[in-house]
Amino acid sequence: MTDINWNNNPEITDELVKEHGLTADERALMVKILGRTPTLTELGIFSVMWSEHCSYKSSKLHLKTLPTKAPWVIHGPGENAGVIDIGDNQAAIFKMESHNHPSYIEPYQGAATGVGGILRDVFTMGARPIANMNALRFGRPEHPKMRHLLSGVVEGIGGYGNCVGVPTVGGETNFHPSYDGNILVNAMAVGLADQDKIFLSAAAGVGNPVIYVGSKTGRDGIHGATMASAEFTEDSEEKRPTVQVGDPFTEKLLIEACLELMSTDMVVAIQDMGAAGLTSSSVEMASGGGVGFTLNLDNVPQREQGMTPYEMMLSESQERMLVVLKPDRVAEAEAIFRKWDLDFAVIGEITDTGNLTLMFKGEVVADIPTQPLADNSPEYDRPWVKKQPPAKIEANDVAAPNDLGDALLKMVGSANLSSREWIWQQYDHQVMADTIQLPGGDAAVVRVHGTKKALAISTDCTPRYCYADPYEGGKQAVAETWRNVTAVGAQPMAITDCLNFGNPERPDIMGQFVGAIDGLREACTVLDYPVISGNVSLYNETNGTGIHPTPAIGGVGLLKDYSKMVTIAPKNDGDVIILIGESHGHIGCSQYLDIIEGREEGAPPPVDLALERKNGDFVRAEIQSGHVTACHDISDGGLFIALAEMAMASGRGMDIKLNNGEIPLHAYGFGEDQARYVLSVPMDKADAIIAAAANAGVKAEKIGTVGGDALVVENGFTISVNELLDAHTSWMPNYMSNEV
Amino acid sequence: MKSAVVTFPASNCDRDMFDALEKITGKRPHQIWHQDTEIPDVDLIALPGGFSFGDYLRCGAMAARSPAIKGIMAHAERGGNVIGICNGFQVLTEMGLLPGALMRNRSLKFVCKTVQLKVENADTSFTNAYQSGQVIDIPVAHHDGNYFADTDTLDELEGEGRVAFRYVDKSGNATDIANPNGSQNNIAGIINKRGNILGMMPHPERLIEDAQGGKDGRGFFESIINRLN
Repeated sequence: MTDINWNNNPEITDELVKEHGLTADERALMVKILGRTPTLTELGIFSVMWSEHCSYKSSKLHLKTLPTKAPWVIHGPGENAGVIDIGDNQAAIFKMESHNHPSYIEPYQGAATGVGGILRDVFTMGARPIANMNALRFGRPEHPKMRHLLSGVVEGIGGYGNCVGVPTVGGETNFHPSYDGNILVNAMAVGLADQDKIFLSAAAGVGNPVIYVGSKTGRDGIHGATMASAEFTEDSEEKRPTVQVGDPFTEKLLIEACLELMSTDMVVAIQDMGAAGLTSSSVEMASGGGVGFTLNLDNVPQREQGMTPYEMMLSESQERMLVVLKPDRVAEAEAIFRKWDLDFAVIGEITDTGNLTLMFKGEVVADIPTQPLADNSPEYDRPWVKKQPPAKIEANDVAAPNDLGDALLKMVGSANLSSREWIWQQYDHQVMADTIQLPGGDAAVVRVHGTKKALAISTDCTPRYCYADPYEGGKQAVAETWRNVTAVGAQPMAITDCLNFGNPERPDIMGQFVGAIDGLREACTVLDYPVISGNVSLYNETNGTGIHPTPAIGGVGLLKDYSKMVTIAPKNDGDVIILIGESHGHIGCSQYLDIIEGREEGAPPPVDLALERKNGDFVRAEIQSGHVTACHDISDGGLFIALAEMAMASGRGMDIKLNNGEIPLHAYGFGEDQARYVLSVPMDKADAIIAAAANAGVKAEKIGTVGGDALVVENGFTISVNELLDAHTSWMPNYMSNEV
Repeated sequence: MKSAVVTFPASNCDRDMFDALEKITGKRPHQIWHQDTEIPDVDLIALPGGFSFGDYLRCGAMAARSPAIKGIMAHAERGGNVIGICNGFQVLTEMGLLPGALMRNRSLKFVCKTVQLKVENADTSFTNAYQSGQVIDIPVAHHDGNYFADTDTLDELEGEGRVAFRYVDKSGNATDIANPNGSQNNIAGIINKRGNILGMMPHPERLIEDAQGGKDGRGFFESIINRLN
């Protein structure tokens, strides 16, 4: 036990503890771990480590139940990002993370630093980042702040990703009033590494030097993790100073310098300084390796004068990493960082005490056993209640629209179904020259550089389903990424989850969380699609109103030969359109009901996971065999929207005749039954595919042919592809220029 | 053809340029680090795209003052070929090797999309594999690609056939709507008087294989090889 310097240390009052977000029980646990009253610096450290954001105290009980293993999973949750085997000694490394609260307060910097943070999670493991994705939720379009938030978030994502030179290849963007006061910005990064060059954070080797590299430490972001763990109120904007500022130029240098360092054999362990900065990185490295760290804070590169230990430990300044090196390699490592004009400082060494010991001006200012700090953090079994799911709405109970064609035009030109081109044209989606499926398709596809392989990536969630029925919604979010990855011809491998919910201290919100986890677990199990990384964002509420539960899923799949990939655009006139899957006209909770009838009601479409798997495996096999020239999954807006998107992507019309039987055409066409795809296949292959489907027990039917310049549905509508395109592409530019 | 690619801090299309040159010439290019004072003896030096020095100052202004610039200048003065793509074009204007400047896009937003370019003059070291008037697809990705020059300079560029590429629609018309950034005269790429230096905002190195959506960018590199043979 070291002697603490108690000078200049305020009394740790109840008030001060409360300001740090710790409960009375948590305070007692802290005192028990320390065996004494904490110093202010120690209180700060406990406060961020035990914040919801860092400790997962409300969620970990449930997260533990998710399937995380498979023969192809190399590292699951617990590392900076998850790692899967993609063959040939290569690994794909990925994770998705939220940056919601900062993005509402300061959209540009909030989103930019969200991208920077997730990139660091990936390259800290030794991976070169090869793709960025995102999942964005905004409030109702007419909300007075929404244009500002949308344009700021998009510019922030672009400003950061474009500069670091990692393509932003896709994502999703929705609008719903539940996000009016609390938008969601979820960023995902995917990287590539060799399996024998994967770096972990567990420190080892008493006496090894602890190195700080990257940007200098400033006062920005202090208590960011605590802010991310509290509800929003009217005065949240006063928290603007807790939002960090991103510097993508430094990040780009840091990527190159770290990858250069990691190509040597100097590194013992490495960890980025993310939420809770120097605190969480050093605690995780020390506790993970069962060792202690002594850090001399005087050596921390500082941007401002007079920073206290408390400020340095809690700063969330961006673009910083902590590295444990092998002894006697410091000069070699320093040369690499100097070459890249980055700060490099030896700030401490590994000890055998198991404690994080902080020195400042020759005195000890904190001395905390890291293992109980990291591992004995509070864990809550919060009370929860299950909401009764709404009743199913029958197709016949929803009146037909006056004009089916007008309804389709209104839908393709609506806030939630219109083209996102305005957004993704602001992202460099082609840098690195390996993007082979651009945004706008089912999944983005990037090549594994220099090989025939490619990764397919999709981010999905349907929050209105999750709100109506968290269990079905949770299943559907996983299934939709699986379907999207399948629809380009890839084998789905694993997911990362970014679980955005309201205040877990409210039993109804906790019930949403538990229900969604149940759905995720079941879908991941049946689809052999484990969770390998993720993030939980709670307290997404403003003035007591929660967001729609939004378990955003990022799915990754592997194409062993990218020449087999398909897009959603039919290639040839005369090709046959085949509908795969069962259509029951499930109109409840649909986009049709919302956009055309103005009703958000009814049970969401149930997800039959066995059917999902059977249909998806069939479609993937047909794509792999080269029989399919285009494929599109059916999701928001149902079959008609899927057909319209295929027509718009190709500029080719279609003649469609549906066998809808007793189901009204509007429900059949706009219903959102799951486990369905539309294929476009050469005429001479169509019968063989129908026969193969019958053998596999998969429902498949020819519904039309490609050709002409209009989407024609018999007894339904005739709309020219140009008219569809006008409606589809004009909404967002018009909205952003205040014209709608 | 022997070539070299310059890497400035936060160049980010350098690898793409290396790969494109290697695929098309069959030889791996040399790397020039921004602090190098010795420049290899090559036929072509490429300044790649990216955000050199973060573009925190005027785009390309910091890079144009790097230690390596002296050697690149000397190479250019000897008549060696130099290309600047995107950020590289900005660097060339900041170096004074090409006239004019690249201002912020008219939309004030970053723009990434595949555009159509018309090959205005196929009798240059950088365009001879194309036909004059040919319309090709090439992607753009930039925030500051709005080409500006004074009237005399524009007249000179146009009069001397030094506009290499122009933004056009699919039919080859230089319309306003086909102009992704507000460039004067829809200018996408220009060459110097002597004909050995070219700057362009679009990225030919991103479109050299079918998997990338087409091969229209290959002709650009093949032109340089043709002229050297």
